[in-house]
Amino acid sequence: MTELLKVVGLTREYPGVRANDDVSFSIGTGEVHALLGENGAGKSTLVKMIYGLEKPDAGTMQLHGSSYAPQNPQAARAAGVAMVFQHFSLFEALNVAENVALGMENPPKMRELAASIREVSENYGLPLDPDRIVGDLSAGERQRVEIIRCLLQDPKLLIMDEPTSVLTPQEVEILFKTLRKLQSEGTSILYISHKLEEIRALCDGATILRLGKVVGECDPKVTTARSMAEMMVGQTLHVPSREGGETGNVLLEVKGLDFAPANPFGTKLKNVSLTLRAGEVLGIGGVAGNGQDELLSVLSGEARTGKGAVMFEGQDVSHLGPNARRKIGILAAPEERLGHAAAPNMSLTENAALTATIRKKLSKNNFLNWKKTEDFAREIIKAFDVRTPGPGSAARSLSGGNLQKFVIGREVLQEPKILVVNQPTWGVDASAAADIRQALLDLAARGAGLVVISQDLDELMEISDHFAALNEGTLTAPRPAKGLTVDEIGLMMGGAHDMEVAEL
Amino acid sequence: MITFVKRPEPSKIWTIATPILAVVLTMILGGLLFAAMGKDPVAAIRTIFWDPLFNEQFAGYSRPQLLVKAGPLILIAIGLSLGFKAGIWNIGAEGQYIMGALTGAAVGLALYPLDAWWIFPLMVIAGAFGGFLWAMIPALLKTKFNTNEILVSLMLVYVAEQILASAALGFLRNPEGNGFPGSRNLSQIPAMSNPELITGTGAHWGVVAAFASVVAAYVLINKHMLGFQIRLTGESPRAARFAGVKDKLLVVFCLGTAGALAGLAGLFEVTGPAGQISIDFGAGYGFTAIIVAFLGRLNPIGILLAGLLLALTFIGGELAQFMLGLPSAAIQVFQGMLLMILLAMDILVNYRVMIVKKESA
Amino acid sequence: MDFGGINPVILLASLMVASTPILLAALGEMVTEKSGVLNLGVEGMMITGAVCGFIAAVETGSPTLGFVAAALGGMALSMLFAILTQIFLTTQVPAGLALTLMGLGLASLLGQNYVGIKPPSLPDLHVPLLQDIPFLGPILFQHDAVVYLSLLSVVAIWAFLKFTRAGLVLRAVGENHAAAHALGYKVKLVRFAAIGFGGAMAGLGGAYISLVRVPQWTDGITAGIGWIALAIVVFASWRAGRVLIGAYLFGGITVLQLNLQAAGAKVPVELLSMSPFLATILVLVVISARRHGASNAPAMLGRIFHSS
Repeated sequence: MTELLKVVGLTREYPGVRANDDVSFSIGTGEVHALLGENGAGKSTLVKMIYGLEKPDAGTMQLHGSSYAPQNPQAARAAGVAMVFQHFSLFEALNVAENVALGMENPPKMRELAASIREVSENYGLPLDPDRIVGDLSAGERQRVEIIRCLLQDPKLLIMDEPTSVLTPQEVEILFKTLRKLQSEGTSILYISHKLEEIRALCDGATILRLGKVVGECDPKVTTARSMAEMMVGQTLHVPSREGGETGNVLLEVKGLDFAPANPFGTKLKNVSLTLRAGEVLGIGGVAGNGQDELLSVLSGEARTGKGAVMFEGQDVSHLGPNARRKIGILAAPEERLGHAAAPNMSLTENAALTATIRKKLSKNNFLNWKKTEDFAREIIKAFDVRTPGPGSAARSLSGGNLQKFVIGREVLQEPKILVVNQPTWGVDASAAADIRQALLDLAARGAGLVVISQDLDELMEISDHFAALNEGTLTAPRPAKGLTVDEIGLMMGGAHDMEVAEL
Repeated sequence: MITFVKRPEPSKIWTIATPILAVVLTMILGGLLFAAMGKDPVAAIRTIFWDPLFNEQFAGYSRPQLLVKAGPLILIAIGLSLGFKAGIWNIGAEGQYIMGALTGAAVGLALYPLDAWWIFPLMVIAGAFGGFLWAMIPALLKTKFNTNEILVSLMLVYVAEQILASAALGFLRNPEGNGFPGSRNLSQIPAMSNPELITGTGAHWGVVAAFASVVAAYVLINKHMLGFQIRLTGESPRAARFAGVKDKLLVVFCLGTAGALAGLAGLFEVTGPAGQISIDFGAGYGFTAIIVAFLGRLNPIGILLAGLLLALTFIGGELAQFMLGLPSAAIQVFQGMLLMILLAMDILVNYRVMIVKKESA
Repeated sequence: MDFGGINPVILLASLMVASTPILLAALGEMVTEKSGVLNLGVEGMMITGAVCGFIAAVETGSPTLGFVAAALGGMALSMLFAILTQIFLTTQVPAGLALTLMGLGLASLLGQNYVGIKPPSLPDLHVPLLQDIPFLGPILFQHDAVVYLSLLSVVAIWAFLKFTRAGLVLRAVGENHAAAHALGYKVKLVRFAAIGFGGAMAGLGGAYISLVRVPQWTDGITAGIGWIALAIVVFASWRAGRVLIGAYLFGGITVLQLNLQAAGAKVPVELLSMSPFLATILVLVVISARRHGASNAPAMLGRIFHSS
């Protein structure tokens, strides 16, 4: 295997943080190479430098043995480097062909381009209609647009940033077939992920990053997932344990709920039904964009639904707003921390007042008691080990994991009867994630009912009593989590959307 | 190359320092502008900012004018600041100001020549109500149909100006005015006048209302739930909805309050310093108040100071026109420049200026 | 062929003249907004263009040079907005308001010695043969070059946005600036260009008012037309063809109410004068009520971009 890309001593510093510190590794021609690391390990910065979006402060790169220092993504693409982003770099209001054209240096005429999109997408088992508006496509289909955009330029190196986070297990299979076909044609792939089993299944080599440094290299085919995880995290993990306990009375009942969100690109909820008992954790899986945000909003009260759709302890609460629901004990923590669960520029004290004025009695006659609010903010910071100078700090100054701890802590410490959380540990480092999961389990053990929406199936399997999946706004019937197989979960999540694996 | 790097949190020092720095910078650039027009820049700046207050010859007349001009500016800007904080852009205060004056004056004149103590208070209520109703048009269109409040409130300024013209020439015209346009002089009708309360200060009821509004806004913003919700909505509308803020109610409250305060300002003006409804009653306070609100950083105390400063530029501008022949438009440019420089310097609050050696993509 | 003292041929011909400034300004603003930038300073840029054009035309005796100066003046003012919003990351709404306040003051200052002067007039182009068509000839084919230029730019802008690579990039920047940046497009550069184009078009529109429509210089000559142009972009759902319809609709209302005033119609003058503004509000309400949340507005409209 000849060497395609060689990276030597790359260093990139941002104010206050060294994102990459003397990083070196190499990829052979036709190799699928994994870049493994936790959130914040420096994977994104590294690939941004390879793709010309950032420039290294120090270090060199070589492509095909000659010096490679892309000034911008155009230069990188010209050199044969293409990238599929984690958060898609797509334009919702434009159609597929226009989106593809934007990623090419010298796109052909639209009609020819549409024809070649059809041809290449069929050829690689990822069928796509070039005339469709991207805003109407599913997450899996959008990823195809990105991939086709890259393939049309005949790349030598394809960078894929967390490509499976938006796919069902069946869609992952299709993607892997495509990638293997590319590999057999001599294309190298730099595959970024923190999902160890995927890497073991797909990759020929792996470089492991932690806190901006290379901490190890391995052949994932012969290395155990456990030892890779330990290299990645650098410590032994605390695994949460359920204290068990019987589940109690029915707290929440949702019956035949239909809901159309105001946002035209949102997902409609169709005939959603679920039951939640005291002490129960109901895990809800599904690929992003299948109605998770909408489900949280109808449970939190941000969105109102038809009469009788949401019942709490036998009472209809469908018409109640967020604060009226908080009063009776229904709390929620949305996925988006900055700008939904918390206001970025406001202090932690003010952010404590965001949801807690009612249950914590932080106001009197509509006048806020800031002293009491600050005390509550301190309580959260202490109880959940939030790393921050103090309650006066702005929410945006906290790291993602610390802010997540604050947001979850704010709701948990209000002792809700029902807590609905979406992606409770997204972007949180492993040890903090374990703490958050433990706090949720403790809350359930105290008799609260929890709805945990997550895209991390391992997490859901670890903490759920029952499991259901959202698929295009429909919720499957909840099943006991114990004993579910990956295939069953995949089918609950909707299998491969719309299409079969094409013949390769 | 200079780049801006986002601060982890807004700088408290720069929040206070930028308006001051902006004023200083505007004085320098304004001085250059005046110099380009062939005026002595130092003399011009002194005439605008110093002479109205401290020159023996002029201060006697100018000093009381400070409060007369600052009163409506502050009153209107306080109202606007609530909406601006929440991301609700009422830029039609000028129209609300006119409509408040018209409604209040119409109520008073309808009762003419009755003389009773309750007429003036009634006119005050009517003035506030007139401004409030005028602001309810964009507010209700926004909440009902999601119509852009910026454009609607602005369009209504032009409509209000036509109604004003029609009032001055028609339905409110002084029947004893020998056919001249304009209403009866309200400031000379005891039951309807808004006199100077303490001789030599220029303070009339509108100035009292302005100070009261500063205090009320301060309490609202810093202590009250509604003020918290206003700030939250401006910071992050989605987080506000999550916190249970009723956004439509907020639109109605912010626009309504701004309208009522602008209406009050109009009423106090027409019964006091202006004296009557005339075609040129709208003097642009509603637009200048936008500058006041931003210069005061949407903070009540800041608005108080900014209102006084802008009032000073009006008075000083007139003086400079009289003494140095500086055109009044130059003051308008000066004020526009002040707002622009302030907005540009805002970046220092949220970003740190960094000098980096090589260009980053 | 008179109806109540109003000649329909003259009415329709003057409709085209009255619509041209709105059309030019609205087209420019549409391109700016397509790149994701909301510039509320149209009124300020228009009046700056009006005064620059007027001064240049009077001083040089050439209306053509006047229009060139107007475009440059409008563009120069728009660059202040571009610097504020793209470099200093100022919120676009107050920056646009500041631009309007600045423009109004600046125009008044520059124009103070030009009040009451008559500018050189722009010759009408009489289109051979076509101008002799009865009724339609005088309405459509006896106008000055700027009228035809404005109509041509409707087509040009439509084609630019739909068919060219640069137009595609401009739309992409307005739809998702982060993605455009990730693909290596220069978001700020594109926006600078779009803002500058908007400024130039507003300037041309302003000069058309001071050089052709009125034609003389008075303070506040644009009288809210810049704001109506902004509303027309919303009305047109960011489509060039519909901007044309919107501009002509409002030109029509303006001309009609002026003619009614002149004809001494039994409607209060003030009511007629406010009618374009009332109509604008009405149109905005109808458009926003009909759309039910989903709109054709560029997704990044008014949002600040900072690559970090």
